[in-house]
Amino acid sequence: MTLTLAHYLVLGAILFAIGVLGIFMNRRNVIIVLMAIELMLLAVNMNFVAFSHFLGDAAGQIFVFFILTVAAAEAAIGLAILVTLFRNLESIEIGELESLKG
Amino acid sequence: MDAQTILFYIFALITVFAALRVVTARSAVHAVLHLVLTFFSAACIWMLMKAEFLSIVLVLVYVGAVMVLFLFVVMMLDLKIDAARQGFWGNLPVAALVGVVIVLELAAVIVHSFSGVKGSDAPRMPEGFSNTEALGQLIYTEFLYPFEIAGVILLIAMIAAIALTLRKRKDTRYNNPSVAVHTKAADRLKMIKMPSVTSSDTTDKP
Repeated sequence: MTLTLAHYLVLGAILFAIGVLGIFMNRRNVIIVLMAIELMLLAVNMNFVAFSHFLGDAAGQIFVFFILTVAAAEAAIGLAILVTLFRNLESIEIGELESLKG
Repeated sequence: MDAQTILFYIFALITVFAALRVVTARSAVHAVLHLVLTFFSAACIWMLMKAEFLSIVLVLVYVGAVMVLFLFVVMMLDLKIDAARQGFWGNLPVAALVGVVIVLELAAVIVHSFSGVKGSDAPRMPEGFSNTEALGQLIYTEFLYPFEIAGVILLIAMIAAIALTLRKRKDTRYNNPSVAVHTKAADRLKMIKMPSVTSSDTTDKP
């Protein structure tokens, strides 16, 4: 039993599914939702690296580089929004974010 | 089963276990720590795929910077865990069903198409090949423009994060740069017309 491309891709699929699961189960906790998004991005990166390795094309790894950049920016801004939110509401529960409701 | 396969299964098991703990952990700090473990073992798996530069970047930049940022924010906020976990187990059946279906569907497609691609099929790199050097060559030639855009995105993210969380303290003296720049000389200096005083008037007084 040797290692195939399918092993890495299935691992990526499992990580992605865990990310979806996390968003479903922690709907009320924004910070865990952010972490679940990070997990899904990791799954995407895993697929990119696997294909890059098995095709011998380094361009896939460059893309992972850019995804890491955008994910870092997303995490920084998301957490900044979270901190501002917590200052104003004293809570980060999604159910209380209703000031824009008509 | 060769050593690489055994290592892959060990790292993959740790990754999946830690990822599951991320979404089920009671406290957010535990979730962040398990996320660190997930990223670390993912970096080990990338190392198996000879993506050395990216796996080191994942550990240094992601675990070292982004996860520490997460940890800071989690510890700074006073989270009410019990309120946030309401309906947690109620969502489990649907969530688990969706997750299992996603994995099964993807696995069906992937195993059907890609299980024939063995590790030995991967292109052999020439002697003395450096992953970091190859990535550097690509980034600074073919992907130079996207690379610069990535830099701009990071700059925008930095400015946005600072602007969002910047808070003026009321007890410190604060200079408004906009007002300072728009000040005209006439606002500060007042020209007064007054009769001139001769020198004889001033010398009379003691």
